[in-house]
Amino acid sequence: MGSNVLLIEDEPNIIEAIRFILARDGWHVQTHSEGTSALAAVLRARPDLLILDVMLPGRSGFDILRDIRACAEIAALPVLMLTAKGQSRDRAMAESLGVSRFMTKPFSNAEMLAAVRDLAAR
Amino acid sequence: MIPFDILVAVCVSYVALLFIIAFMAERRASAGRVGWLRSPLVYTLSLSVYCTAWTFYGAVGYAARSGLEFLTIYLGPTLVLVGWWWALRKLVRIGKTQRITSIADLISSRYGKSNALGVIVTLLAVVGTTPYIALQLQSVTLSFAVFVRAGTDGWALPDVNATALWVAAGLALFTVLFGTRNLDANERHHGVVTAIAVEAVVKLVALVAVGIFVVWGVADGPRDMAIRISESPLAGTDFAAGRWVGMTFLSAAAIFTLPRMFQVLVVENADERHLATASWAFPLYLFLMSLFVMPIAVIGLATQPAGANPDLFVLTVPLSLGQEGLATLAFLGGFSSATSMVIVAAIALSTMVSNHIVMPLWLNWQNTGASMSGDVRKLVLRARRISIAGVLVLGYAYFRLTGGSEALASIGLISFTGVAQALPALLGGIFWRGATRRGAGAGLLIGLAVWLYTLFLPSFGAGSVMSAGLLSDGPWGVAWLRPQALFGVDGVDPLLHAVFWSIALNSFAFIGVSLWGVPGPMERLQGAQFVNVFDHSSDAQGWMQGAAEAEDLLIMAQRILGGTEAQALFQRAAVAQGKTGYLPDTTPAFLERLERELAGSVGAATAHAMVGQIVGRSSISVEDLMAMADETAQMMEYSSQLEAKSAELERTARQLREANEKLTELSVQKDAFLSQISHELRTPMTSIRAFSEILMGGEDLRIEDRRWYSSIIHDEGIRLTRLLDDLLDLSVLENGQVSLNLQPANLRDLIDRAVAATTEPKGDGAITIHRDRAAENIELVTDTDRLCQVFINLIVNARKYCTADAPELRIDARRQGDGVLLDFVDNGSGIPKRSQAIIFEKFARLSDRNAAGGAGLGLAICREIMGRLGGSIAYLPGQGGAAFRVQLPLRPPETSAPAGSQGEAPAQLNHA
Repeated sequence: MGSNVLLIEDEPNIIEAIRFILARDGWHVQTHSEGTSALAAVLRARPDLLILDVMLPGRSGFDILRDIRACAEIAALPVLMLTAKGQSRDRAMAESLGVSRFMTKPFSNAEMLAAVRDLAAR
Repeated sequence: MIPFDILVAVCVSYVALLFIIAFMAERRASAGRVGWLRSPLVYTLSLSVYCTAWTFYGAVGYAARSGLEFLTIYLGPTLVLVGWWWALRKLVRIGKTQRITSIADLISSRYGKSNALGVIVTLLAVVGTTPYIALQLQSVTLSFAVFVRAGTDGWALPDVNATALWVAAGLALFTVLFGTRNLDANERHHGVVTAIAVEAVVKLVALVAVGIFVVWGVADGPRDMAIRISESPLAGTDFAAGRWVGMTFLSAAAIFTLPRMFQVLVVENADERHLATASWAFPLYLFLMSLFVMPIAVIGLATQPAGANPDLFVLTVPLSLGQEGLATLAFLGGFSSATSMVIVAAIALSTMVSNHIVMPLWLNWQNTGASMSGDVRKLVLRARRISIAGVLVLGYAYFRLTGGSEALASIGLISFTGVAQALPALLGGIFWRGATRRGAGAGLLIGLAVWLYTLFLPSFGAGSVMSAGLLSDGPWGVAWLRPQALFGVDGVDPLLHAVFWSIALNSFAFIGVSLWGVPGPMERLQGAQFVNVFDHSSDAQGWMQGAAEAEDLLIMAQRILGGTEAQALFQRAAVAQGKTGYLPDTTPAFLERLERELAGSVGAATAHAMVGQIVGRSSISVEDLMAMADETAQMMEYSSQLEAKSAELERTARQLREANEKLTELSVQKDAFLSQISHELRTPMTSIRAFSEILMGGEDLRIEDRRWYSSIIHDEGIRLTRLLDDLLDLSVLENGQVSLNLQPANLRDLIDRAVAATTEPKGDGAITIHRDRAAENIELVTDTDRLCQVFINLIVNARKYCTADAPELRIDARRQGDGVLLDFVDNGSGIPKRSQAIIFEKFARLSDRNAAGGAGLGLAICREIMGRLGGSIAYLPGQGGAAFRVQLPLRPPETSAPAGSQGEAPAQLNHA
């Protein structure tokens, strides 16, 4: 069971919060806060789990997810998607693109941690 | 002296000769050799039925009593034939095209085929003609009597009444034999007309012979005759202008309205062109007839004993002077005059009586429809024969009743006046389209009544039909109703009086009632065809032949239906008729079909008129034209309505499309807006929740971390609050519910306030602001808080987004007209061109950096505020850095001042 998590998120406070939560649980958290270079960041970091925001500057989380699923080396990467938009259409969109887990902001810390553990255990 | 037997024998021989002539003529005509039977000469001679025994004998008597006044009897017809030739031609054309059989038929047909009018005219003709027929019988018996009186050698005085009866019976026989051989008005009475032409010659020859005898035998040539005339008492006869005019009018009217004249002039006419000959030849005939009237009268007065009947001078003058042969010729002339008149009048009257009275009654009695079977044909002939007999019986009865004592001329004039009552209806009918059936009926009835009352009944003499008291004092003593002094017009010649009142009241009623009413459709149709007869009938000689007609129809149909369709239609019809090619026979069925097809394209009335014009069976009436115009107008109106409707539909569709697009766009905008709001709210809440949960766990947190996390929660809380504030602010602005707090202010003070509000207490993020404080010294009236809000927003944006190492913001203010221009220009990299269009939209945040308080609503709020203040805010490209231009008036326009009243609809849409 790996322990590397890549967090792609542009809100500094949210990055800080998630990093704190996961680090306390023993995860190694890397962060990235830009859309266009996100895929490269994933390939570089080769995380065990990806936490991906939807609203990113440059390129949306959906597009990044599509790229990941289309990229053979990382196609199987578990992806936990976060969005503040909270519309069912977004969830359907994410699922059709092969998201592993979809969570709406705000979330409880326990919920986040449980989801990360669950996905990493697969 | 001529023995009575010989006279009778001459008479019978003459009649037998007429029978033979008539029979030969009929034979010739039925063999198809019409030839000279239908020459202009025969036509002209047949017109001489105008000259009856009255003219033959009576003119001399008239001259002997009243001098030259007798000339009026010839003057009227002469004037009509010379001057009104074209009116007669019109009558003839109408008679041919409409197949008119009598004057009653003409008037009935003209006024919408009204049989009531036919009956009225028939009665008028019968009442007017009966005395005239009696007059002819009387003249024949009188002339017999002359010979009887002259014959002193002892032959028995023949029974006058028996003579008249025999004459009447003989005439009835002749008329029945030659007058009812055929039915159709177009198959004319060749025998009768020929016999009458011969009689016309006998009349003229007899009268001229007597005249020549008088001038050269009694007097000593023309010079002596002239002297005798000037020395006679007749030379001193007063010239009564009124009577001259009245008599001329009467005799002129007689040409049109006498049933027998109508018969020979119109019904028996074979060729319109014969009228041209008659127009000079008949006046010539009349001239010759009148030439010796005056000499015979003068010699008669001079040679005959006082008290001798001047009406018989034509006979008595040669007889008393021993010219028995000449007297016999004169007798035959008078006999001819009488018989020709009776024969033609009987034919004319019997046609009217059988067509307008007997047949309708019979059909009504039989209660059967007018099925044109052989039986009906026989019936009509029988009705005519009975009518002829009836007419003669009437004449004979009148003769017996009146006792034959009247002067010939006066009876003739009474008749003339009677039949002249048909003149207004007749002339009005062929010249005036507005004439109506009711008008004609009213005129005829009133004319008839006035004639009966003022002339006909009084003519029987006081005490016979009308009492002497009635004549002298009026009915019930009402003086102005006296028959011979109507409406107080006293002391006028009774004839003139009657003519004036009957014709005047007749015309007045005719015109008045016609003007008052409106002609029915049938009357209009007939009226148009009568009045415009020359426009419609090219030449009465026959219609175009079938093939030419069909081709014309095809040409027309192609124009309307288009070549292919028209040709197919014609071909189908031709095949159906068992023909090849494209030209079917123009059968009624085909014409009807074609008319229907055309009607689909051009309307029923137009189609009818077009087909009718080519086929020539009907003419374009006013109604047709009106209906055509109506249809065209309706079609035009309809098509313009359709156009308008289609334009309207298009407009509506476009509006709907636009509205739909707008709604779709708004729906998308709404979703995007909600999605944005959700994002903007959830993002700070995510941080707040996460850190508050961390803090709640409370375990091994360092105190700095604890403080840091608390400050994050605090800042995000403020961020949330500001977002909500902005949203509410924008909502209020967009809904127009904002109330402006207008007050005077100085622009410089307002900019000072904004700069002060944006100056960070800490030094970081500071921006250098350049201002020209002197230029900013502008007084204006505005909502100072709102304007400051805009300024602050712009300054904050510059500070937030200016990427320069040493950020600078230049604020330029200047007056422009009634307003102020303010430019906020920083020294950053500016806004990319593609983004310039969207920066004023909600949540149009371009940068990824969520600097404190930025929810992406600032510029949207600025735009709303400037709109409220009557100004605007726009991105000003080409300034190096980001540049915004604020424009606002020195004083907001009135309309935007009362907040809440403006722009609600779009605002609500925008915010939906």
